[in-house]
Amino acid sequence: MWTAVLLACVGCYLLKLAGMSVPARVLDHPLVERVADLIPVALLAALVAVQVFAAGPGLTVDARAAGLAFAFVALLLRAPFLVVVIGAAAVAAGLRLL
Amino acid sequence: MSSPDPLDPSSGSGPIGSDPDAGSRGIVRDGLAVGLATGAYGVSFGAVGVASGLSELQTCALSLLMFTGASQFALVGVVAAGGSPVSGAMTALLLGTRNTLYGLRLAPLLDWRGWRRVAAAHLVIDESTAMSVSRDSRAAARLGFLSTGLAVFVLWNAATLAGALAGRALGDPRTYGLDAAVGAAFLALLWPRLRDHRNRAIGLVAATVALVLVPATPAGVPVLAAGGVALLGGLLSRSPDPTEVPGPDDVAGGHP
Repeated sequence: MWTAVLLACVGCYLLKLAGMSVPARVLDHPLVERVADLIPVALLAALVAVQVFAAGPGLTVDARAAGLAFAFVALLLRAPFLVVVIGAAAVAAGLRLL
Repeated sequence: MSSPDPLDPSSGSGPIGSDPDAGSRGIVRDGLAVGLATGAYGVSFGAVGVASGLSELQTCALSLLMFTGASQFALVGVVAAGGSPVSGAMTALLLGTRNTLYGLRLAPLLDWRGWRRVAAAHLVIDESTAMSVSRDSRAAARLGFLSTGLAVFVLWNAATLAGALAGRALGDPRTYGLDAAVGAAFLALLWPRLRDHRNRAIGLVAATVALVLVPATPAGVPVLAAGGVALLGGLLSRSPDPTEVPGPDDVAGGHP
């Protein structure tokens, strides 16, 4: 675990440093730029889906989905970040109490 | 002299010429607000980290050394789901590539060289980028970057430590809905990018691909595979993404 943690830490720092250090034209290829723009979109969307609907090797709809629904509505209403995150936790925790 | 000068940071805050430092104080205040809001959800990273099977030290090391929230949550999320540490690290690195793009935008704006640039690179995150690219002078951009970056760094790490220590004592984080909070946080980070219609399509396809793969592949693989959707989307589309760099209203504690 330590090896993965430290390698990921070093790698993430080098990615930051690379952006601050290389000339902008290195990433100037339109395809590279488009893919780089889309990676966070694809990964964050996949992380939302897996974090909320995966249960071990299966899929399920539970209190987490209710939390996500709250977050979705809160974001539509332009609620602040903390309201979105804490509200989603409160909704899920409340449902589990029932 | 009757109209406010848009380049004068003090214009619009009190009587003209009353306080030339008002603009700087406003920038620092914004940075602290973002730091406080981010710190508040750093507590949940600490608690989720130890609940995922990492030690307190490993959880704190991530906040101290990786210092990019989405990658940290991704790593512990993959590990918590039973994925290998290596696929967790790969997901974290792939998400970390957006900081490279932020750095490319920030480098000419901040114009730091030598050790200053090496040190500043560690602070390149969503929040510090959002609070500096929107400024209209180099001094204001540097101040926004430093005040936000340092405030988030200090409070995020303090919050992680508190969350990691409390996490053990509190027990199962699901009781507090922290697992749902992580999904909501990922959605909130994704949200500003969804203003672009192509990004909405890519996000939907990526989420679907990941869910289809959950029963068929080891944990961690579905999210990495969804990264392939980005490659495909880049090959098939022609237009650049207008939402690639976050603005002040896109981060915790920021405002329009």
